[in-house]
Amino acid sequence: METIKLVYPVEGGDLIEAGEASSKMKLTLKKLGLPQDVIRRASICMYEGEINMVIHADGGEAQVEVDSDQITIRMMDSGPGIPNVDQAMQEGFSTADSTARELGFGAGMGLPNMKRYSDEMTIDTVVGTGTTVTVKIKIPQ
Amino acid sequence: MAMRHSVVLDSRRCRGCTSCIKGCPTEAIRVRGRKATILPDRCIDCGECIRICPHKAIKSVGDQLDILTRFEYCVALPEPALYGQFHNLDNIDIILNALLKIGFHKVFEVAKAAEMISDFERQAICAGPPKVTPLISSSCPTVLRLIRMRFPKLLPHVACTILPMELAAILARREAAEETGLPPERIGVFAIVPCSSKVTAARVSEGLQAPVLDGAFAIRDIYLRLLSPMKHLEQIEPMSSVGIMGLGWASCGGESAARLREQCVAVDGVPNVIRMLEEIEDGRLPEADFLELSACTQGCVGGCFTVENPYAAKMRIKGLMKGLPVSRNRFPFQGEERDIVRRDKDLQYLPTFVLDQDLGAALNKQLRIQELESNLPGLHCGSCGAPSCHAFAEDVVLGRATVDDCIFKVRERMRSMAGKDEADDYLPPPFRRQQHDTSRR
Repeated sequence: METIKLVYPVEGGDLIEAGEASSKMKLTLKKLGLPQDVIRRASICMYEGEINMVIHADGGEAQVEVDSDQITIRMMDSGPGIPNVDQAMQEGFSTADSTARELGFGAGMGLPNMKRYSDEMTIDTVVGTGTTVTVKIKIPQ
Repeated sequence: MAMRHSVVLDSRRCRGCTSCIKGCPTEAIRVRGRKATILPDRCIDCGECIRICPHKAIKSVGDQLDILTRFEYCVALPEPALYGQFHNLDNIDIILNALLKIGFHKVFEVAKAAEMISDFERQAICAGPPKVTPLISSSCPTVLRLIRMRFPKLLPHVACTILPMELAAILARREAAEETGLPPERIGVFAIVPCSSKVTAARVSEGLQAPVLDGAFAIRDIYLRLLSPMKHLEQIEPMSSVGIMGLGWASCGGESAARLREQCVAVDGVPNVIRMLEEIEDGRLPEADFLELSACTQGCVGGCFTVENPYAAKMRIKGLMKGLPVSRNRFPFQGEERDIVRRDKDLQYLPTFVLDQDLGAALNKQLRIQELESNLPGLHCGSCGAPSCHAFAEDVVLGRATVDDCIFKVRERMRSMAGKDEADDYLPPPFRRQQHDTSRR
């Protein structure tokens, strides 16, 4: 089965530029002719993941794999890690700093939204080492 | 139905310089055999290439004024952008009277139809919240084609109304038929438009099954003909029947202003429009009720068929608004007749960018595109005739070009055929993969 890999570096520290990887991925997914709803959910997950990496981990890398069954998005960073994943998954919980909040981010909806819009989500995190959030979105056959 | 674009290439003037290919927002131009060619499926008639071409080789062809002779009675539908083209003009009636001197028998202002559409929309706003938000304006045909190609998910957001010039055409033909007793087909109805996209829309409507216009003239072509009659009018009949809102439609923001009370975003210029549509697609602008999107800078006053600087034209139109009532036209229809302002066909998705209808095949093509692209110089030099290395890789995989069209690939191959396997050495410095340490030599 054909699998496409797409890799997007996410720059740290620049909240304004966040979203670029999600836009680029969206364009490719559209060219593949995937269903609109799948594209929408994938871009929301990617966008939220990008924002998270910019705010908390000084950037990282987004890896996307597409085959004819599903889209897998892996958001990998070498940030501080998440000490309490259950807490981080609660809507409204955020550890974003005041700079991010002033810009309207840090509402504590990032991870919950990624969960909501994906079919599967796993968080691998080690405090002090980094975090990898993986989401999968199934493509209806 | 196949598109009948108004943007065409004058191949005698084209030198194949590749200036246009990068300016095209939908990557619709390639240079082949020293001439630019337009991929018709991808062209959205935005006119960007017309503005960019240093040799004036890309043109948009409006209709020629002599087609007026084919009709017994001709109606001019001037778009409000026309009013901003003249120095020291303080009275719109001067333009409208002059139109009667150059072959038209009647004038129906597009701004009048625009005021009716605005009133229709205000009634809809009062009737209750829309099914989807934000609503996207349907008044720029280039934006409609862009959404159909790149943002199919947003098609349900597009307002149901036809273009102001289309409503004007329907009403003007009715009025003219009543006034003259002529059958409608012997009456010619022509819009005077600021852009290539409206010329195309007059031929093939985005929202109507049958075209309601008999043609469209470029403001640029009408402008010079109007100057002399405008100076020599013996008397000026009062003809204009529009207010501030109708004139406002000439620039980006005017349609929004006429909606009153709503949260509107007005965006101009294709790259900005694309960025905004991306955000809407991701649901990142939940507070907006309405999006007014214009392909041209500052809206219709910035159309590629205008004569004046868009900012100057906007200023003049503001001047013409002084002393006018806010709006002079209501939407006059009730019951079933209200449908006159609605599209009678759906906006269909145009999957021009999709690599293949079959997902497996599309994945395979995307793989080959990525593979090839990773071996291209990434300079986007345009020598292959495509706007970027990525577009070139796509062209190769889709059979529109061959790898040898890339001069760097050819060069690499020639070096290796000559037995020199380190092709890198022979590439110009910006493209060498290995940087030589030249400081110690």
